[in-house]
Amino acid sequence: MPEMIATRDAYGKALLQLGRENPNIVVLDADLSNSTKTELFGKEFPNRFFNVGIAEQNLLATASGLAKEGKIAFASSFACFMSRGWEHARMTIALANRNVKVVTTHSGITVGEDGASAQMNEDIAIWRALPNMTVIVPADAVETEKAVRAAAALEGPVYIRLGRAKVPVVLDAGYDFQIGRAKVMREGTDVAIIACGLMVAHSLEAAKLLEERGISAAVINMATVKPLDVETLVQWAEKTGAIVTAEEHSIIGGLGGAVAESLAENLPTPMERVGVEDCFGESGTPDELLQKYGLTPVHVAEAAEEVLTRKTA
Amino acid sequence: MDAHYPPELIVDLQAKAKEFRREILKMITTAGSGHPGGSLSVIDILTALYFHVLRHDPKNPAWPDRDRLFLSKGHASAAIYVCLAYAGYFPKEWLASFRKLGSPLQGHTHLPLAGIEMEGGSLGQGLSVANGSALAARLDGKNHRIFCVMGDGEIDEGAVWEASMAAAHFKLDSVTAILDANTAQQTGYTKDVMNSEPKADKWKAFGWTVYEIDGHNFEQLLWALEPERVVTGKPTFIVARTMKGKGVSFMEGVIDFHGKALTQEELKRALEELA
Repeated sequence: MPEMIATRDAYGKALLQLGRENPNIVVLDADLSNSTKTELFGKEFPNRFFNVGIAEQNLLATASGLAKEGKIAFASSFACFMSRGWEHARMTIALANRNVKVVTTHSGITVGEDGASAQMNEDIAIWRALPNMTVIVPADAVETEKAVRAAAALEGPVYIRLGRAKVPVVLDAGYDFQIGRAKVMREGTDVAIIACGLMVAHSLEAAKLLEERGISAAVINMATVKPLDVETLVQWAEKTGAIVTAEEHSIIGGLGGAVAESLAENLPTPMERVGVEDCFGESGTPDELLQKYGLTPVHVAEAAEEVLTRKTA
Repeated sequence: MDAHYPPELIVDLQAKAKEFRREILKMITTAGSGHPGGSLSVIDILTALYFHVLRHDPKNPAWPDRDRLFLSKGHASAAIYVCLAYAGYFPKEWLASFRKLGSPLQGHTHLPLAGIEMEGGSLGQGLSVANGSALAARLDGKNHRIFCVMGDGEIDEGAVWEASMAAAHFKLDSVTAILDANTAQQTGYTKDVMNSEPKADKWKAFGWTVYEIDGHNFEQLLWALEPERVVTGKPTFIVARTMKGKGVSFMEGVIDFHGKALTQEELKRALEELA
C-alpha cells in the first residue's frame, strides 16, 4: 500500500522550510490558512505572513505589490475562491510579470461533502490561458514539495494546483522534478495515458488492469501543464498511436485541452479524455464522487480500451 | 487649514499644470483616442505630487528609497506620461507616440516604462498593490511614502473596499490615497450611476484619516499631502473635489469627454483657452 499524504500538507511543510531558508519569501492567505496549511509558515514567521481575510482579489494584487518590491510571494486559497481574483492576477501578476506563486488547494471533486461550489474543475483552463503563467499540477506529496521549491526558484508567475484529500505517493523522494519536463512513470506500447495530479496514481492502477487484459499502457506524469512537454507527448503518441488524458478537472480546457491542441498540430492521434464531463459536482465522499464522475482507475482503463478501437494501423 | 506656501511656488505649479493640459489634449488628439476628461481632472493632483511632494529621482526610476505613486485610475495615462516626461523620466518627444504600435506610452500605463509602478487599465487594483508595496517597505525597514490615485467611478469596485479595510487593518500609515472626485464616470454622473456619497464618511468609517479639499487648489493639495497630515497607525485619504475636463470651458463637467479625443477643431479652441 502506498503512503497516503495530502498535497496541501506537503505544501505547508515545504513552504515553512523555504521560509526558513529564504527571508525573501512572504505568504498571503484569505482566511483559509488552517486548510491550505500556510498557517505553518504563518506561525513561525508572523511578520512575513499576511491574512487578508475573505478577499481574494485583494489577496492577489497585494501579493503583486510585495513581489514588485523584491519578495517571493506565495498566495493561497481554495481553487474555487482564488478564481474570483483571476482578473486581478491577469493584470497585476501575469501582465506585470511578477514573482507571485498562486498555490491553490481543494481543487477538483475530491473536495467532497462541501459540494459543487467548492469543487473547482475549471481552474487549469483559466490559469493556463494567461500569458507568462506556468501551471503545475503535482501528482503527490513528493512532487508537491519539489514543485514548490522549483516555483520559488523560477522568476515569474506560477500557478500550482493541489487537492484536499490524502493521495497516494507515487514518486520516489530522489525524483528529479523539472518544470516543463514530463515523467515517464511506466512504459508501454499500445496506448499512452497522459495524467496529472491524483489521476497519475489512478492511471498507474489502470495500467495494471489493462495489463491483465493484454494491453500495454504507458503512463506519463504531465505535471507541468504549461509549458507542456510537447516533445515527450509527441514521442509517446508516435510510439503508441493512441492517447488518453486523465485529470481531476473538466474535460474542457485543462490537461486534455492542452494535449489535444499540441497533438492536433504535431501528430494527430486518436485521443480520449478522462475528466469531469462539463458538469458541476455535488456533495458526497471523495470515493463516491470519483466513481460517479468517472475518475477511477476503471474509468481510465475503459477510456484506453475505447481509444484503441479508433486506432489506425 | 493653515497653508502658507511661497506664491512663486504656487504660480509655478499652476503654470506647469496649464502647460500639461495643453500637452495632454495634443497627445490624445494626435493619437485619435484616449481619456481627456479624467486626465484634466487629475493633472493638478499629479503636478503637485511630481513637482513638489514626491521624493524621487527621474534619472534613477528604480531608486529603492523613492516615494511610490500608483496611478490606479490608469486611463489617465496621458496625464501621468506628461508629468513623467517633464520631470525627466523619458524624452518629451515620446509623448507624440502615445497609443501607437510599439510605443512605450501604451494606452494604459504599462511596465517597464520609467516612472510607472503598475499596469493600469483595470480599475480597483491599485490600492491593493500599493498596500503590498507598503507591507514590503515595512519588512525592509524603509520609510518612503506610497501614494495611490483613484477615480470616483473606480471606487464602485468592491476590491477597493477590500484594500481600504486592509490598509487600516495593517496600519499602513505610509499609504496616502487621493481620490480624483470629478463627479463623473463613463456613462453619467457618479451620483446617478452609482452614488458613493458620503465619500469622506465612508473612508473615515473604514479607519482612514480623511481630508476633503478642492483638487484644483494647489495650496490645499500641498497642505493635504504634507507628511504632517499623517496620523501614526492610520492610512490617509484625500477626497480631492475636482471637475472632469477642468480647464477647458466646453469640456468641464461633460460626460462625453471621458473617453473621446478632441477633434482638431476642438483642440484648437481648447489650446486658445489654455494659452
